[in-house]
Amino acid sequence: MNVSRTELFLGFAKIGLLGFGGVAPWARHVIVGEKRWLSEREYASILGVGQVLPGPNTVNSAIIIGDHFQGAAGALAAVLGLLCTPIAVLIGIALVYDRIAGLPSVGTAIGAGAAAAAGLVVGTAIKMARRLQPNATAVVVGLAAFASVGLLHVPMALAIAVLGPISIALVWRERRGK
Amino acid sequence: MNELLQQLGTTFAWLSLLQFGGTNAVVPEMHRQAVDVYHWMDAQTFVNLFALAQLAPGPNVMVVSLIGWHVAGLPGLLVATAAMTGPPCLLAFGMSRLMRRAGRSRWLAIFKDGLVPIAIGTILASGWIMASTSELSAMSLGITAAATAFVAFTEFNLLWALGAAIALGLGAHAAGIG
Repeated sequence: MNVSRTELFLGFAKIGLLGFGGVAPWARHVIVGEKRWLSEREYASILGVGQVLPGPNTVNSAIIIGDHFQGAAGALAAVLGLLCTPIAVLIGIALVYDRIAGLPSVGTAIGAGAAAAAGLVVGTAIKMARRLQPNATAVVVGLAAFASVGLLHVPMALAIAVLGPISIALVWRERRGK
Repeated sequence: MNELLQQLGTTFAWLSLLQFGGTNAVVPEMHRQAVDVYHWMDAQTFVNLFALAQLAPGPNVMVVSLIGWHVAGLPGLLVATAAMTGPPCLLAFGMSRLMRRAGRSRWLAIFKDGLVPIAIGTILASGWIMASTSELSAMSLGITAAATAFVAFTEFNLLWALGAAIALGLGAHAAGIG
């Protein structure tokens, strides 16, 4: 698969621009579902690495994916696409925000959009899990990550620092001698 | 002005490397720096900027773009955004190069496969948190559930789910039940 710098820029610009309420669903939708730059598994493993590095996961993934296809220039194209276009939109919103924020219809529309955006994120996680067909260990680790961050409100950094090494050790043990 | 830009640059450059698990990990410290240490803004303004960044499309890290804009206009936006994303991007690029050099090493595969369930579990958790912190009404729960199923079990464009939710919200508002 060959993806040009322009395609990287435009693809990530789309992810940034449509990423209302969070870019994770859109990143998977564009990269795996729509453009098929990467398989579900390749994408998930880049996301896993992006998650343990400091910084926003999608930004880290954009760097790794851009570098994968077009080296340093590709990494730059991807991250600029992801950040520049939504920043322009954000400035536009900031300029009119005070005038429209008080309108009740805007409030309900935003509330409904936020509820759907939450569903997009949950649905993306379920879809990825379904398509990756994890073994029992991976399911338990994934649920532990969900429960600690989502239900017990453990800081995400702490959850990753504890569960990451455990999960890697479990994968290593499973594959020993194979 | 130059002093402000320098404050923005140094503050966000070191905060950027503490963003384990995403930008939200450093929001409390960001709040302390912006409100208590440098007096760039009052607490209410910080909360408003944060809400605006959540609402707008794009990665969560863009809250720093808004802070930079608020403090020092366009130069502030550019300095704050570059400081917050530059160091993690360089780290991610270094990691990307390390992974390319490791190629198909067995250890890299174990490392990556161990992190996948955690990435998916934490995405699920962030969706769950988004759903549970938004207004809990029968309509918003229904929208979240429908959007979840739509994404989990189809590959249709995610805009359909967002558009339908916003139309439903506006319709309910017009009918006087939202």
